[in-house]
Amino acid sequence: MSDRAQTLAKVLELIEPFNKKGIAVSEGTRFAQDLEWDSLTVLDFVANIEDEFDVIISMNMQAEIETVGQLVDALQKLTA
Amino acid sequence: MSDLFSKFDPLIRQREELLATGLTDPFNLVMEKVESPTVAICNGKRTILLGTYNYMGMTFDPDVIAAGKQALDDFGSGTTGSRVLNGTYGGHKACEEALKDFYAMDHAMVFSTGYQANLGIISTIAGKDDYIVLDIDSHASIYDGCALGNAQIVPFRHNDIEALEKRLKRIPEGAGKLVVLEGVYSMLGDIAPLREMVAVSKANGAMVLVDEAHSMGFIGEHGRGVAEAQGIIDDVDFIIGTFSKSVGTVGGFCVSNHPKFEILRLVCRPYVFTASLPPSVVATAATSIRKLMDSADKRAHLWENSKRLHAGLRQLGFTLGTDEPQSAIIAVIMPDLEKGAAMWEALLHEGLYVNLARPPATPANMTLLRCSLCALHTDEQVGEILGMFAAAGRATGCIN
Repeated sequence: MSDRAQTLAKVLELIEPFNKKGIAVSEGTRFAQDLEWDSLTVLDFVANIEDEFDVIISMNMQAEIETVGQLVDALQKLTA
Repeated sequence: MSDLFSKFDPLIRQREELLATGLTDPFNLVMEKVESPTVAICNGKRTILLGTYNYMGMTFDPDVIAAGKQALDDFGSGTTGSRVLNGTYGGHKACEEALKDFYAMDHAMVFSTGYQANLGIISTIAGKDDYIVLDIDSHASIYDGCALGNAQIVPFRHNDIEALEKRLKRIPEGAGKLVVLEGVYSMLGDIAPLREMVAVSKANGAMVLVDEAHSMGFIGEHGRGVAEAQGIIDDVDFIIGTFSKSVGTVGGFCVSNHPKFEILRLVCRPYVFTASLPPSVVATAATSIRKLMDSADKRAHLWENSKRLHAGLRQLGFTLGTDEPQSAIIAVIMPDLEKGAAMWEALLHEGLYVNLARPPATPANMTLLRCSLCALHTDEQVGEILGMFAAAGRATGCIN
């Protein structure tokens, strides 16, 4: 598995506990519109991502991240 | 042309649905007459005030009122100017002196509101490439201060010391760090573990700002707030406060021991580009602050009130925001907005005013009836209040 594929797999795994509607998640899935996450869910999810990858995803960065794929891209950059 | 107001449609619809049930609008109450810090006339009815943040009841203090009247006579109705141009009068300096004495700190800067104090200090001291680490439940003025500046904003779970520490440790080496905390969080009335959080912040090289808006005058031996009560006020770099709660007028401030603090008067835009407080306001504030220094008896009575209301509401079967009373705010958790609004209206009919708080201002999308006690609520009034909660709670089915 490529580095990016590994990151994506981990992100998908961390999304699952918060995927209350049980929708099929792909790179194009949007956190707000498709997963319908509120701000507290986002906080918990981001905290898990930050702990897993040992990075900081500031609110400024979060504002730019709309989809799962964009999050994976951001993590690739942060951990490069 | 697209209507810029269409983004408000969901809120407009929610309001219309709520009001269509015949409910009084909870966000449109008018106080026709105010008799004292604890009683007003609303809709022609005598109403006990339990949602004003007038913790120390200074709004009708004879010395405070006399000082305001004198300043109106001596200095006129307003300054018509910025603090850095023609808007600093003797009264503004006297007010800052009173704050320095109250907090035993070297510097004090008075803003036109508490909101502007947070807006100004946070946006000015944390610049591009700096990091602001803040509690997720921070007040809107703190978030707006972050939004006005250019720093990286990193929130952590409410009152979670470990979450704060983890984030501080991940911040790149050499970056400036500001940790923003509150003494009392006003939605649930809970306090922060400042002793531990300030220690963790200092150990990781961060400066610390604590908003003590809801604790000034009441918590701590000298009423300096939660940081004083927990014995770490000397490790706090900036304390933000307001005159619109315990002090009993309007205005905001920051106190600090930072040796370069005074430069903020030239670079802090929400301080520079707005008119200063009217002379009567700073005169009432300064008088009130000095009186709050020795108000130990009132502080003790306010604690009694808070404990009694907390125990009484719990006994009636209400769910409260904290297991123990931690401040002068007691939050009653309602099952949903409809029930909360119905209960709010039933209390008003009984003759009691509390704050209705609802998302997005509240944590975890809760609907809350927020009660803030006053040192001047009498024992009889607290008894009356509990009776009103019992009657309204049963009428609306909130309790059995």
